[in-house]
Amino acid sequence: MENIQKLEKIVSQVRRDLLRMIHAKKSGHPGGSLGVTDLLVCLYFEIMDHNKDFKMDGKNEDIFFLSIGHTSAAWYSVLARSGYFPVKELASFRAIDSRLQGHPATAEGLPGVRIASGSLGQGLSNACGAALAKKLNNDKKFVYCLLGDGEIQEGQVWEAALFAQARKIDNLIAFIDYNGQQIDGTIEDVMNLKNLRQKWEAFNWIVLECNGNNMQELISTIKKAQELSGKEQPIMILSKTEMGHGVDFMTGSHKWHGVPPSDEQLENALSQLEETLGDY
Amino acid sequence: MSKYTYTEKKDTRSGFGAGLAELGKINNDVVALCADLTGSLKMNEFQKNHPDRFFQAGIAEANMMGVAAGLTIGGKIPFAGTFAGFATGRVYDQIRQAIAYSNKNVKIAASHAGITLGEDGATHQILEDIGLMKMLPNMTVVVPCDYNQTKAATIAIAEHKGPVYLRFGRPAVPNFTDPNQKFEIGKAELLYEGSDVTILATGHLVWKAIEACDILLQKGIKAEVFNIHTIKPFDKETVLKSIKKTKAMVCAEEHMLNGGLTDTAAQMAALNFPIPIEAVAINDTFGESGTPDQLMEKYGLTTNNIVQAVEKVLKRK
Repeated sequence: MENIQKLEKIVSQVRRDLLRMIHAKKSGHPGGSLGVTDLLVCLYFEIMDHNKDFKMDGKNEDIFFLSIGHTSAAWYSVLARSGYFPVKELASFRAIDSRLQGHPATAEGLPGVRIASGSLGQGLSNACGAALAKKLNNDKKFVYCLLGDGEIQEGQVWEAALFAQARKIDNLIAFIDYNGQQIDGTIEDVMNLKNLRQKWEAFNWIVLECNGNNMQELISTIKKAQELSGKEQPIMILSKTEMGHGVDFMTGSHKWHGVPPSDEQLENALSQLEETLGDY
Repeated sequence: MSKYTYTEKKDTRSGFGAGLAELGKINNDVVALCADLTGSLKMNEFQKNHPDRFFQAGIAEANMMGVAAGLTIGGKIPFAGTFAGFATGRVYDQIRQAIAYSNKNVKIAASHAGITLGEDGATHQILEDIGLMKMLPNMTVVVPCDYNQTKAATIAIAEHKGPVYLRFGRPAVPNFTDPNQKFEIGKAELLYEGSDVTILATGHLVWKAIEACDILLQKGIKAEVFNIHTIKPFDKETVLKSIKKTKAMVCAEEHMLNGGLTDTAAQMAALNFPIPIEAVAINDTFGESGTPDQLMEKYGLTTNNIVQAVEKVLKRK
């Protein structure tokens, strides 16, 4: 329990960070970022064996791909709080001459980012390539990849789904942030996905499900996924979340996909999130 | 008697296959991917000798480009092969974000480029690929002219760190370059010295430019001929020096006038040393079914077209 409490404190600080970052530039994507915060903190502070002295090749360490690049604010905060770069640099999010581009990129050399993302549907393919390279290098560490549920409307995701099982990529653990929302409305209204578990199982993936806003469930589900690895099948975890989780007036609505909070809204949101590690 | 001769015609795609097979032996980091066209791209030997380093991607080119980008992260040098149309237009956004913008060490192997793909028709005859690729920052664009040069270029680009687009073709063409050549990326290759006109040619048009030069010599016209096997980075210094001497230029390519070699060379000349320029290229039209020779004739990409373009540009001097 003590450990969960420690992780929850980090989650609270990351949510504060990302809201302050987006508010400061009046630009960014708070809804999805708040929703994936628990998972990102779980991976970087509990699950992954990773080296904060960043090396692009990621040899002999677990590596992560953020396919939903628009949730960059959450990832940048987690990377900074993990020690990849100074926390104070979060203030440069989306600014001119910054390493913290609107969507993650490698051109400015931000430690922790291995490939650009933002144009959706590409991260799973990138993760498959990195996983194959690990196998060729006899590197036993894992590749993790986070997709969005709206994102999997992109056809390339299903090309990658076929490829991963055909090439027996079993050192890959992927997640779908399953919040049921996308820019134009609910997934059900825009382009319904129907039964996601059946879809991925039909593509010959091992499928697990959990509440992606519950730290204990995330840890136990990912550990189970690790145990199921190495069986010539890729693994998908359907991580059910609420968009905007952690801030009551942002929760559960697509309206906070790409809208920054006003001064009053930020104040209200921050009052719901304890400052645990000191704001940047 | 021409300065250049050849004993056989060979396809450039086989040069790629031979180069890749050689790389398989000498560089353990080289891996290959193909989207269900392994035989067409002559990648079989690599596949046979290194099954662990060959990845069949199926008919799913977007994923193949993304996987190739991911493989570089673990230090691999992936060659991703398919037809040029599917290697560029179909997957432009994947190349743009995951390979060019992310500056990944991917080699895009693009076969069956241009109208000499022949009978399959315009759906498969891409004439815009050089333009699409050269517009991307970080991308190097290489277009070798024959079998030997394609083999040498394939080996050379594995040593170059960064994304490369390698364009080659289907038909057998005169194999005249040195089998032991050292391929230098970004270097305009002087084939003939001359003083009356500069001819820049790339890919399958290089041999035709040599033939045109021989005909022009008989007419008393001395052409300076370059093989531009690297469209980007373009060898500005060499070409600028040549056009300052000749004060006229003809560009020849199996590609759309928009976006190709002519576009690059003419822009350079216009900005630095404006001179009369003529082009032997495809002008804003799609191709069609036919034999390669019939198509090159119909779309104006013959030796005679180069001779006529030279005569025309000389009148404008």
